[in-house]
Amino acid sequence: MEQVGQRKIDGLWLTVVGIAVLFFLILPTLIVIPMSFSGASFLEFPPTSFSFRWYAAYFTSPEWMSATKTSLIAAVMTTAIATPLGSLCAYGLHCSAPRIRNIAQIFVIMPIVVPVILIAVGVFSLYAKLGLNYTLTGIVIAHTALALPFVIVTVMSGLQNYDFDQELAARSLGASRAYALWTITVPQVKFSIQTGAFLAFITSLDEVVISMLVSGGDNATITRRMFNSLRDQLDPTIAAISTCLIFVSISALVIISIFNRNQKNKDQL
Amino acid sequence: MSSTAQSLPIEISSLCKAYGPIKALDDVSLNIAAGEFLTLLGPSGSGKTTLLMALAGFVRPDGGSIRFGDQEMIATPPHKRGLGMVFQSYALFPFMTVAENVAYPLKIRGVSKSDQKTRVERVLDTVELGGYGDRRITQLSGGQRQRVALARAMVFEPRIILMDEPLSALDKKLREHMQIELKALHQKLDATVVYVTHDQREALTMSDRIAVVNHGRIEQIDTPERLYRQPHSFFVADFIGESISLPVTVANDTAQLGGRVLKSDLAIAPGSGGHRLVIRPELLEVMSGPVPENANDFSGRVNDIIYQGDSVLVIVEHKSVGMINVRVPANRAGQTGLPSKGEQIGLALHPEDTIIVPEQVS
Amino acid sequence: MSISEANAGAKKFNTASTLKAEDRRERLTFLGLSMPAVLAILIVVFLPIFWLSSLSFYNAAGELSTENYARIFESALYRRTFVVTFQISIAVTVICILLGYPLCYLLTKVKDRTAAILMIFVLVPFWTSVLVRTYAWLVLLQRNGIINSSLMSLGIIEEPLQLAHNLTGSIIGMVHIMLPFLILPLYATMRNIDTDLVRAAVGLGSSPRGAFWRVFFPMSLPGLFAGIVLVFILSLGFFVTPALLGGGRVQMLAQRIESTITIYSNWGAASALGVVLLLLALVMIWLMNRVFGLDKLFMR
Repeated sequence: MEQVGQRKIDGLWLTVVGIAVLFFLILPTLIVIPMSFSGASFLEFPPTSFSFRWYAAYFTSPEWMSATKTSLIAAVMTTAIATPLGSLCAYGLHCSAPRIRNIAQIFVIMPIVVPVILIAVGVFSLYAKLGLNYTLTGIVIAHTALALPFVIVTVMSGLQNYDFDQELAARSLGASRAYALWTITVPQVKFSIQTGAFLAFITSLDEVVISMLVSGGDNATITRRMFNSLRDQLDPTIAAISTCLIFVSISALVIISIFNRNQKNKDQL
Repeated sequence: MSSTAQSLPIEISSLCKAYGPIKALDDVSLNIAAGEFLTLLGPSGSGKTTLLMALAGFVRPDGGSIRFGDQEMIATPPHKRGLGMVFQSYALFPFMTVAENVAYPLKIRGVSKSDQKTRVERVLDTVELGGYGDRRITQLSGGQRQRVALARAMVFEPRIILMDEPLSALDKKLREHMQIELKALHQKLDATVVYVTHDQREALTMSDRIAVVNHGRIEQIDTPERLYRQPHSFFVADFIGESISLPVTVANDTAQLGGRVLKSDLAIAPGSGGHRLVIRPELLEVMSGPVPENANDFSGRVNDIIYQGDSVLVIVEHKSVGMINVRVPANRAGQTGLPSKGEQIGLALHPEDTIIVPEQVS
Repeated sequence: MSISEANAGAKKFNTASTLKAEDRRERLTFLGLSMPAVLAILIVVFLPIFWLSSLSFYNAAGELSTENYARIFESALYRRTFVVTFQISIAVTVICILLGYPLCYLLTKVKDRTAAILMIFVLVPFWTSVLVRTYAWLVLLQRNGIINSSLMSLGIIEEPLQLAHNLTGSIIGMVHIMLPFLILPLYATMRNIDTDLVRAAVGLGSSPRGAFWRVFFPMSLPGLFAGIVLVFILSLGFFVTPALLGGGRVQMLAQRIESTITIYSNWGAASALGVVLLLLALVMIWLMNRVFGLDKLFMR
């Protein structure tokens, strides 16, 4: 009896702590959304009036619009470059000898684990020599390197779940390696490639530290402008921008989980 | 099926492949006749799959020669070898329908859409899957998937078909059914078949000849019957069928067991590492009377009798060599002749069944 | 016939070398496919860092020296930076364990469907921009923010607490950013623990608490460790949140490096700090590889 009571108390305690942690995680993430619709001229929570004034401020500001454009172009280009390069790399490594693969895997995830400030400072000084600072090209190259590990990791895990005999079968049936890769392997790791592409997009769009040093002038990214603005004051316009960013992230998350669910359903059939 | 193509012989010589210190293929030479059903049989890691993959072109050997007909193939990429291959996992393309799967090799070969359709339908009929063309692979049972894999491998009328343990994913009953069916199919097709399995019974059932592979070498290649009745090495004798074995001494082509000369009609294969007498339980004869002069006498006392449905296993304790298993058919004739526990019985091993093999082939 | 035979004979003559050349060509093809990506990472990540590291061995006069490193250990300012960086990183890691472990354990206890829904609460913040979340905390923690105002209206405090622009704010914000990095590997490990083992332990007379500590907890350690290392590495080099929520009063290593360059233009000192940070991170990565295996990242 005593044990059962103990168990109930343990369970209750666990549930309370767990739910508290979940709220700690989600509430601050979403709190900017209601604030962004506030009608007041300063930040307040809960908002006392409703308006779109901060969205209007955002969408009519030439600086914010130019920064948004820069960020979106950089993210699209990063995705367009990192997705094929990362997918090819994943395929190449998957087919390589285990010894080479293991070394390359550690090498390839370095951009995720090396402190990004070091990459930022290093790239900044390198770009100073090459004249790439404050250029879109510079931002895209740096973001591509940061995004590549995400594409490679997702595509490689996709390849690991794929029955590689299918590619061999296609080749035995007369397909060249390239044709077998394109007609048989790619359609089946499509979801991993798409997931990698979304990760690349979000990585570039949300990147702060490198953009802070490397982007600027006409090519300042939105994160750089937000960071600089936040250092000085709490501009409610940023609540509106943040809401837009959250919307983009959550959409990506939703699309990826729909992909995954479809994929799993297919596997189960 | 109508066949304009003719099956091709395969000629493998001095094929070598090493993975670091391990020799997966150790100087393998093998000739396979046109139209033959040849099985590569061996335990896992013996090199049988490596050999098949080398034939397919997925494993690149270190040296040697592979010829299909009069064409050297050793450096030819897989897609230009023109063989059909059935994989253990079937390797069907799950995002295509049955018909799309089967049409894949035809599409690559530039066969016209209408020809594709008729040939796919015909081959699906052959494997008894007529009308299944629009099904998705995920809607098929294991046995049906197996048939689709087979149809896909033969639709383009390859002259050589390779199969890598194609039945191992099926349950026992279906497996046995498919063995018979595959064998019948082979007789209809004009193709040389190389089949890999680790299941000795499957190999015995289906093959024209069996090559027993061990440690990257071919230990023996023979018809199922000769392989069973006249193994060349202890490995082959032990791997195929049920047996017990006893060490014997061999001098001047005669073997002795515990000082007694063994009478044998079979040649003793050359080899090293000593010799063994191999006794198959079903080849021993239980004698109602005394053991005849011309047979080897293994009489002893019955230790145990085990009923196994289709047969009865009698365990006999021999005074010098220990326990010997004897298998007796479970029909009435077998039953009536059965001794009881503790009884002394006469056991004869006839000279034509007395198998003496070296530990290792030379 | 005769041509093909002659052809075959010629081929047989140099079979072994032909095959070896083919093999090399194939291996190089695969390596070649990986090369563009590897090159991009090499140019953007490795090359600048090597160059930066080399800078750290030159003094202001451009001579080879270890002056920059000597200063790191002598200057009280730099020592202070290291102490603060470690204090914050350890505090953040400990708090993440205390918050993350119970949550993960709860997730293994509830139904799969419920757990999947609750995981959204972890994934949404994980996917949301660090900048956005830091901004949210700035708003929440400011003097007249919701936390201060509700505490005051409840009568718990009289004066608003100083929550942002200091150490407290930095730690709260960083915990919020880092928590998913602890939860994701830990939950992945816990989900694979065979609950039958725990039930068996209880069946064999362990109390549920005893079974937890003796069976479940040790089995969850690899995932916990991976999470700890991940959080610790990321905290050591973290820039955005402490820079904004610390309000200039909290200087961690990453900010010190940035300000040494952008304000003082002292590349030698900044790169020496960078090398130390890099070494710390590499040791952590090595540890993680030893215990958890980085290649696990590549599996689902």
